[in-house]
Amino acid sequence: MTALLTIIVLIFITVAIWQMVKIFDLANANNENTQVANDKDNRINGYLMMVFLAFIYIITIVCFVKWGDLPLMSNAASEHGVKVDNLMIISMSLIFFVQTITQFLLHYFAFKYKGEKGRKALFYADNDKLEFIWTIIPTITLAGLIIYGLFTWNEIMNVSEEDDPLVIELYAQQFNWKARYAGTDNTLGMANVRLIDINRANILGVDESDPNAQDDIITTEVHLPVGKLVLFKMRSQDVLHSAYMPHFRAQMNCVPGMITQFGFTPTVTTAEMRQTPEMIDKVANINRIRIENSKALVEKGEEPLEPYEFDYLLLCNKICGKSHYNMQMKIIVETQEEYDAWIKEQKLFKNSLVQN
Amino acid sequence: MSEHADTHAHDDCGHHHKETFVTKYIFSQDHKMIAKQYLITGTIMGVIGVIMSLMIRMQIAWPEEPNVIFEALLGKWAPDGVMDADIYLALVTIHGTIMVFFVLTAGLSGTFSNLLIPLQIGARDMASGLLNMISYWMFFLSSVVMIISLFVEAGPASAGWTIYPPLSALPLAQAGSGMGMTLWLVSMAIFIASSLLASLNYIVTIINLRTKGMSMTRLPLTIWAFLVTAIIGVVSFPVLLSAALLLIMDRSFGTSFFLSDIFIQGEVLHYQGGSPVLFEHLFWFLGHPEVYIVILPAMGIVSEVIATNSRKPIFGYRAMIAAILAIAFLSTIVWGHHMFVSGMNPFLGSVFTFTTLLIAIPSAIKAFNWITTIWKGNIQFNPAMLFSIGLVSTFISGGLTGIILGDSALDINVHDTYFVVAHFHLVMGISALYGMFAGIYHWYPKMFKRMLNKNLGYVHFWITAICAYGVFFPMHFIGMAGLPRRYYTNSNFPLFDDLSDVNVIITIFALIGGVAQLVFLWNFFYSIFYGKKTVQNPWKSTTLEWTAPIKHIHGNWEGEIPHVHRWAYDYSKPGHDEDFVPQNVPLKEGEEELQH
Repeated sequence: MTALLTIIVLIFITVAIWQMVKIFDLANANNENTQVANDKDNRINGYLMMVFLAFIYIITIVCFVKWGDLPLMSNAASEHGVKVDNLMIISMSLIFFVQTITQFLLHYFAFKYKGEKGRKALFYADNDKLEFIWTIIPTITLAGLIIYGLFTWNEIMNVSEEDDPLVIELYAQQFNWKARYAGTDNTLGMANVRLIDINRANILGVDESDPNAQDDIITTEVHLPVGKLVLFKMRSQDVLHSAYMPHFRAQMNCVPGMITQFGFTPTVTTAEMRQTPEMIDKVANINRIRIENSKALVEKGEEPLEPYEFDYLLLCNKICGKSHYNMQMKIIVETQEEYDAWIKEQKLFKNSLVQN
Repeated sequence: MSEHADTHAHDDCGHHHKETFVTKYIFSQDHKMIAKQYLITGTIMGVIGVIMSLMIRMQIAWPEEPNVIFEALLGKWAPDGVMDADIYLALVTIHGTIMVFFVLTAGLSGTFSNLLIPLQIGARDMASGLLNMISYWMFFLSSVVMIISLFVEAGPASAGWTIYPPLSALPLAQAGSGMGMTLWLVSMAIFIASSLLASLNYIVTIINLRTKGMSMTRLPLTIWAFLVTAIIGVVSFPVLLSAALLLIMDRSFGTSFFLSDIFIQGEVLHYQGGSPVLFEHLFWFLGHPEVYIVILPAMGIVSEVIATNSRKPIFGYRAMIAAILAIAFLSTIVWGHHMFVSGMNPFLGSVFTFTTLLIAIPSAIKAFNWITTIWKGNIQFNPAMLFSIGLVSTFISGGLTGIILGDSALDINVHDTYFVVAHFHLVMGISALYGMFAGIYHWYPKMFKRMLNKNLGYVHFWITAICAYGVFFPMHFIGMAGLPRRYYTNSNFPLFDDLSDVNVIITIFALIGGVAQLVFLWNFFYSIFYGKKTVQNPWKSTTLEWTAPIKHIHGNWEGEIPHVHRWAYDYSKPGHDEDFVPQNVPLKEGEEELQH
């Protein structure tokens, strides 16, 4: 049905274009049409330049109003996330300032100086001073941005084991995630894909003889205590994946054959995040859409969609194969007590193995 | 008498040999014919690439819904009109490959370098016509192999146009990594060879075959852009070739350059000690300069078209050259900004942030210089001029967001989201396409001796311009909402449900924009046969190609090649009656040549 509608729309558009051209051609019928722009073309296109400028501004405003709640520029749920957001807001403001001015100059000049027969353009080939100005201003601005950015970057990346983080391994495979907690010793046991033994349910290839591995805990959900620095160690068993946690402003690729890492401190629990006014609005809006979509599904005799409840997510953000689009894991940020209670319930690695 | 001497001189050059259909239209060594061959091959590849992009958009907007277009075009890969997830990735991959390499590298550079280098520097032909012909036919061959790969049983390459291993190396990881990927690699290897032959030819021709008086600082900016593009190509394409060859070895001969510690489908593979990150380095060592290989020729074309149609000299000629050179140099030391979150050492990330943001400076110079060129001009809105202004506009819009992506701290969060897709489509995709359109509208009379219909050109531009912004402007916002690219459907993430209406709007703009290209195609092919006949210098331009006769002859000029007496931008120069002074007109008594 959609396809049919699409085709019909396309046909209409084609006809419309054809008509437009006919009108243009008829309007020119009396002229000696050399296919080179004449004064009339210059006038029309000059005005269209201003219309187009308006279009650029309008689409900018519409985008901001409609989709500009920018979940990635507010509501950061991690400590460094706030700094990233600040940098983002500064960069964005700068960009929109420059964009607004330069697009105006470009299109306004195009309109203002539209050609007329007999007028002569200004022979103006060079001005060292002007060029110096627009070399030096971007240089200074960018120097500021670079320095700010580099400080932020170094802060984010400089997480090490010395800061006593909670160490968790993120393990990627086509097409799901596992997490491995380091247990009471907070040290992950050695692991290699060559040690994978499906029959013994050693699915991450953890070294069974490593004393550090005995108290490791493998889970299919990530639970994080709020306010505690966590250091993720990423591994992949097959192809490249990328552990993307947008709400925490965190991302790192998982590379077969090496261990990568990313650390951050979550600052907002899942429960708190669900209660923020922005999130309540967002979830309500999504559920409105889902109810709407469910109607169509029910008509087709299918199950309606389940209502949506907010959760932090870990997404795969590096193309990894057929089901790349559905490779996710839930992240739950909770209080220390809730976390302790949850981790106590999980099976230790040494107890999770199937004995032959 | 003198006329006779001219003809004689011409005969001496040996340009009057008999031509057969084959030597004239197929295995031609004439640069003008080769340019047309590149253009038409590029256009056909472009049509395929654009159709793929429209299918991608329809899938994103209406996921899992039966679509008769899918059923018709994809056959067994869209049972009952529902697109398969594997083929979605294949479409994404091949769309990217075709557009970047086959359309915007070969189609753009190949066409206009070939057409303009000899004509604008005053040469009879390329330094080596034979090499030129071989380079085109290798490009043709690589296109054919790429098209054949679409019909492979298990599907074409589908690891993304960046073909990161291990996904691209292991048929176990993905159906498309079998024969499809092999053909992709073979096609690209041939393509790279073709591109290297062509680039070397361009460089040699520009350095050696300039006519009398054509000093480097009198060259039109198009030629500067083509020269620098060719140099970047020669420097960086071989690295991609080596990456492709090493990948072929990993795939077929059991080496471990890029692979290590892999467990897939229940078995451990023997690979040990390689690193996918190495591949990323090699790939992006070409991959990033490639962006400039694509955009620099477009910028050169646009500089030329803006000056001609503003009837003003290009503002800051030397600064423009300096900016091209600076961009070219910087382009080879910024590749790591594609790899901030690859697991590369964070210190390297800092270095690449620094070099990357520096590129904004020469880019800003270029944008400001174009705007100043328009200022107080007498702008002739020919379709080529519209597309040139369009390029400046999209280059600014798309380029500015590069400040965010080049900043490692910010890239963490928008890396591989639709924000990136929007950024590079605007700044190199649409911009380069506009440059290509500007070139086609501007030099069509030179290529085909006839004019394109200008009204169709206006319709083509305005619909395209509106749709380009309509597609890619909102796309930044879904990127900033965290939506990853290359997802077959977003329906598994209720989190993104509120973005589905944006995706529908984007797709509608894309479909309208796609259909608008039919206007161009019709205009293009119709005008080859029935377009209005052109005069020798329709745009009243100063450069040498317009001093050559309309009729294509071997050797370009009857008789002697014109000598050059001034730079390429004497538009509206005081003291002249006409508002342009061609480069071959000697300076008047007491007239000063502008030394800028």
